[in-house]
Amino acid sequence: MKRRWNVAAWVGFLVVLAAFLTYVPVFSRFPATRDFPWANLLMFGAGLVLLTLGLRRAYREPQLYRGKVAGAILLSLGVVVLAFFCFGYFYLMRQLPASTSAPRVGQQAPDFTLPDQDGNLVTLAELLRSAPGGTGGANGAVLIFYRGYW
Amino acid sequence: MRSFEEHLGEFKARGVRVVAISVDPPQTNHEHCRKQGFTYPFLSDPKGEAIRRYDLLDSAAGPEGADIARPAEFLIDAAGTVRWMNLTESIAVRARPDQVLKAVDKLGLAR
Repeated sequence: MKRRWNVAAWVGFLVVLAAFLTYVPVFSRFPATRDFPWANLLMFGAGLVLLTLGLRRAYREPQLYRGKVAGAILLSLGVVVLAFFCFGYFYLMRQLPASTSAPRVGQQAPDFTLPDQDGNLVTLAELLRSAPGGTGGANGAVLIFYRGYW
Repeated sequence: MRSFEEHLGEFKARGVRVVAISVDPPQTNHEHCRKQGFTYPFLSDPKGEAIRRYDLLDSAAGPEGADIARPAEFLIDAAGTVRWMNLTESIAVRARPDQVLKAVDKLGLAR
């Protein structure tokens, strides 16, 4: 009798791959799934459960299901992919300079003169002198430093 | 960056400017703002002068070992004093506009 494909194992592996690949293009766009990658970790969990079920099936009913070897390889690969994800998210993304000399609350913010996207030179003092879209001085400014290279 | 664009009206209503700073050159920022529809100033600091002054340089963290800025947000009052700041521990986590707006209101910056 022809044995069946071990669908659970293969689908499980695809879910694990999807969990790995969707963080940057999809889930990092929303604060709720970016600040902690619970959506991706849930997908990893679901994928690994499917992989385990598939492998168990292959060993319990080898006359019915294929995938003893493939299932074992896929499950191991799945665990490696999860490890890579955790390394990237919980280690690599936290490798940041200490910035111990960054201006603290109560300190004067260092002034700067930098060109904007239209090539006009802008200083912090100037930004604070004019309110956005209104008259008089601004009440404050938010400086957002970002990594760039878009 | 998009979330700040979406809340720009609320910052404007409080008389608070929003500015982004990175090592990207003005042409890149121009193109990026055009594509994404960003209307607030994106300042260009390719040599990292201002970024160094704020001690935010992340050495060799960019492509091909380029120096870039680590993510950070500062709220500065009309007198140029830092009133609120956020140095994230992970590049995945950034300050959200609602957090900054809350700080603006709590500190009573908008007269």
